[in-house]
Amino acid sequence: MSSEILIEAQNLTKKFGDLVAVDNINFQVFKEECFGFLGPNGAGKTTTMKMIYCVLPLTSGRLTVAGVDVTKQARVIKKIIGVAPQEDNLDPDFTVFHNLIVYARYFDIPKEEAQKRAEELLKFVQLEEKRKVLIDQLSAGMKRRLILARALINEPKILILDEPTTGLDPQARHLIWDKIRSLQKQGVTVVLTTHYMEEATQLCDRTAIMDNGKIVEEGRPSNLIKKHIGEEVLEVAYDEGVLGFLREAFPDARLEVVSDRIQVFTNQPRGVFSEILKKFSFNAAMIRDANLEDVFLKLTGRRLRE
Amino acid sequence: MKKSSVASYLRSPQLSYRVWRVWRRDQDVFMKTYKVNFIPSLLEPVLYLVGLGFGLGGFVQDQEGLKYIVFIAPSLVAISMMYSSFFECTYASFVRMYYQKTFDAIIATPINIEEVIAGELLWGATKSLINSTIVLGVIFAFGLVSSPFFLLIPPLSFLVGLLFSAIAMCFTAITPNIDSFNYPSFLFITPMFILSGTFFSITTLPGEAQIVANIFFPLTHAVTLTRALTVGRLSATLLLNLSWFLVTTPFFFVLSINLMKKRLIR
Repeated sequence: MSSEILIEAQNLTKKFGDLVAVDNINFQVFKEECFGFLGPNGAGKTTTMKMIYCVLPLTSGRLTVAGVDVTKQARVIKKIIGVAPQEDNLDPDFTVFHNLIVYARYFDIPKEEAQKRAEELLKFVQLEEKRKVLIDQLSAGMKRRLILARALINEPKILILDEPTTGLDPQARHLIWDKIRSLQKQGVTVVLTTHYMEEATQLCDRTAIMDNGKIVEEGRPSNLIKKHIGEEVLEVAYDEGVLGFLREAFPDARLEVVSDRIQVFTNQPRGVFSEILKKFSFNAAMIRDANLEDVFLKLTGRRLRE
Repeated sequence: MKKSSVASYLRSPQLSYRVWRVWRRDQDVFMKTYKVNFIPSLLEPVLYLVGLGFGLGGFVQDQEGLKYIVFIAPSLVAISMMYSSFFECTYASFVRMYYQKTFDAIIATPINIEEVIAGELLWGATKSLINSTIVLGVIFAFGLVSSPFFLLIPPLSFLVGLLFSAIAMCFTAITPNIDSFNYPSFLFITPMFILSGTFFSITTLPGEAQIVANIFFPLTHAVTLTRALTVGRLSATLLLNLSWFLVTTPFFFVLSINLMKKRLIR
């Protein structure tokens, strides 16, 4: 990751009628980093992505990609960006291989070069055997891999991945993660959205947590966890007496009752929970590492979205 | 920025050679299935010629001084221009836009939405050219072409197809769902099919209906031009028919692109 800014948003706003989808946000993405937008459904992640790859006009604010204003020279930007959208928009009229060839044509890539790249990319996403297969015969994971391959056909400097692994099984997910990491190593800047915290923790150098069109927090996942949650979380089965006891034992801690469990968040160093578990025994007690999901739920709440 | 002004519907689109990339995509799909595509366009005119031309034609008096089968043969060519382009840019374009998200995929590349729609329109015009040329071949084989001017019909079919594509695309831009295409199909296309001087001379219609057919039915002009070129009856009034296309086509071309842009880019 370098300090060169590749994408920069200033007071970026997008409204659809009365709905403010993206509300005056600011962020920067540095060259060669992996930057993740986290947020519940409807937070404005996809809208932000679409503005970055120049298919949605801005309502106000400023957005530059590689120093170019998205409202002025969209074509210049689109040439250096690869997009893997959230929904499957592969061309069902074509085979796997021909999808890549037709897409290459949209970028003015000469036929021979396109064929060469298509072969390499199919190998990269492990779909060589499927090259002659029509799209609707692919599994969800295969489609995702092909969309990733398609996004790479123009050898992009910036890769936009909108929920790259939603709905995939763990095998397919890990394969996609591996590919994203290897692309990042090759110097590709990755911007992704996800609502899988593990994905963000695994992949992202920095994340921005979005809610209701705003960026509510931004930073390295490990820093965010430390800042908002601490190192460890204690969980015990819910009990009125235990709750009172824990309140007294950890006066500075944040206690949260979720269905039948009590969660205790404290910014005290690692080990305080095991101390207390040595002295007292609670029902179904468990100490676990604090994670990004704790941060996410703390900042965006538990209310269901959409 | 308020975008509801009338002028915004007629803003001239930003187009480049990339329009042909979109056209090529549609052509690739067509070529994959061309064997299936050819058969209906080949069989349909044969049915009409045999059923209406030979069958019904035995009872029908000459129309505009032409034997009935000679009269309807060019109509079949013109009708195929209308149907192929209109349905390409309604149902087929809607499927690509709405169900397949093909347009979304393309506009993430250096191609813009205006070029996507223009490419679709040019493809619709190409479908008109392909299908009507097949029908032309059929009526030629039946010996119903008597003038070398028939060679001008394919270029004409592209122009006619472009207009019908553009009108179709306007409907595609405003239709709430695919079933609503029934309205333009039954209220616009079917009346034209019957009333545009296709199967009987337009002069047999009541005066008001003739005026409507001449002002609002593109097919009337397409039929008149195609018939003139098929039988070699050229006259200066054909320039009026041609002018009708030269005025309306650019208008609907630009309008349809702006309407689609408003639908897709919000």
